[in-house]
Amino acid sequence: MTAPAAVAALELTFAASLLVVAVNAVTGTLIAWVLVRDNFRGRSVVNALIDLPFALPTIVAGLTLLAVYGPKSPFGGWADVSYTRTAIVLALLFVTLPFVVRAVQPVLVELDREMEEAAASLGARPATIFRRIVLPNLMPAVLSGAALSFGKAVGEFGSIVLISGNIPFDTEVASVHIFKAIEGDDPAAAAAVSVVLLVLSFAVLVGADVLERRSRRHDA
Amino acid sequence: MRNGPGSRYALRTAALAYLAVILVVPCSMIVYHTFKDGLEPVWDALTDPAFLHALRLTLLTVAIAVPANTIFGVVCAMALVRRKSDRGSWFFNAAIGLPLALSPVVVGLSLILVYGQDGWFGGWLVDSGIQVIFSIPGIVLATMFVTLPFVVREVIPVLREVGTDQDEAAWTLGASKAQTFWRVTLPAIRWGVAYGIVLTTARALGEYGAVAVVSGRLAGQTETLTIHVDEQYLRFNEVAAYTTSLVLALLAVLTLVAMNVSKPRTQKEVADVDRRPPGDEALR
Repeated sequence: MTAPAAVAALELTFAASLLVVAVNAVTGTLIAWVLVRDNFRGRSVVNALIDLPFALPTIVAGLTLLAVYGPKSPFGGWADVSYTRTAIVLALLFVTLPFVVRAVQPVLVELDREMEEAAASLGARPATIFRRIVLPNLMPAVLSGAALSFGKAVGEFGSIVLISGNIPFDTEVASVHIFKAIEGDDPAAAAAVSVVLLVLSFAVLVGADVLERRSRRHDA
Repeated sequence: MRNGPGSRYALRTAALAYLAVILVVPCSMIVYHTFKDGLEPVWDALTDPAFLHALRLTLLTVAIAVPANTIFGVVCAMALVRRKSDRGSWFFNAAIGLPLALSPVVVGLSLILVYGQDGWFGGWLVDSGIQVIFSIPGIVLATMFVTLPFVVREVIPVLREVGTDQDEAAWTLGASKAQTFWRVTLPAIRWGVAYGIVLTTARALGEYGAVAVVSGRLAGQTETLTIHVDEQYLRFNEVAAYTTSLVLALLAVLTLVAMNVSKPRTQKEVADVDRRPPGDEALR
């Protein structure tokens, strides 16, 4: 477990996952907001598309990402980020897209608009209303969705393995490190990194469960 | 909140642009790469014996994992919802969710540590001539592991909403336990079960990581559709890889349609239960 490559892989995995979760918290809330409060043609289609990363096999996701962000990208050389850390982040953004959206959406639907109207009639600006009234109500859902996407991002394998190049100390994430250790017939090293992921997954799940209960209490 | 039309369009554009870059453009690339050399290589890929065998193996895995986890899921949900105390529920919730949050590679490793040659049951399995790891039973076990939680997690909230009134009514009217289950409980939760089955099927069709660890990756023997995609890509058979991906993606879209058909009904069903006629109260 003290193997430097394993530590580097775990550090990369956590850093990339944290970044992805932070982006997801913002974009997920934004997408949920647009899907609930806005009205436009094709909204139901967009709404159904959100679940696509859940339904699409991860290896297929990896292959499609490689088609867009790989050396044969139709957008030219600047879009080729394969074998870089950027590719890992893009892959993780793809597979974790639905979590925050699907956590925030039902809360936003249930949210009583009277509070917002009261604040508006008292002269609050839209930004203030969002920050002081909407956001505090959405926060438990955002955090619970973020926790789930963190859990998914930390363990992700299929969508990353093709595009990341899996260079030790550079673009090798924890799950790929484990996979290589198994292939290299070193189950002890694989198990050591796995235990770290296992403990982390369990902690994240318990945390998400606590947050979900808290948000349910808010509803009542 | 009263938004000006300007900020509304800005938010809408930002959200849709993000979805386009992250989701829609990559997915449309599968179609493009499949058909860029015409139809003939696509047909060759679809009639390749290795592809057909992978398809059969994936369907076999689904046919075993889905019914097994459906039965387990319903039984487990009933046990969790209808037990008397609430103690330790955080533990059970986390344990049921674990296969969802766990890295698929870790799932595969755990199976090797138990059923592999040097694993707990390894010696016994070798003596009995049963090969689990690098063989079809391993693939099925890995798929069952990762799809374990879906039915449970969908059925639990529905069971909670439905309550036990109708079961108790049936019970007092002399129905046996089996009759109560088949004629009262199961019809009430059927859409929750259906939704769980759809999710289970989707994941079973598309599981890659866990299967990749325990599959021997032998074309025509232990290759599922997802492994076939990977192997074809690594052998530079791009069209075959993308064609198989397209097949899996179409199955995923079918799943999405099934999800959207069964999901609203789940919610409606629950709402209907809440609006039961007051006469039901008399049965208590």
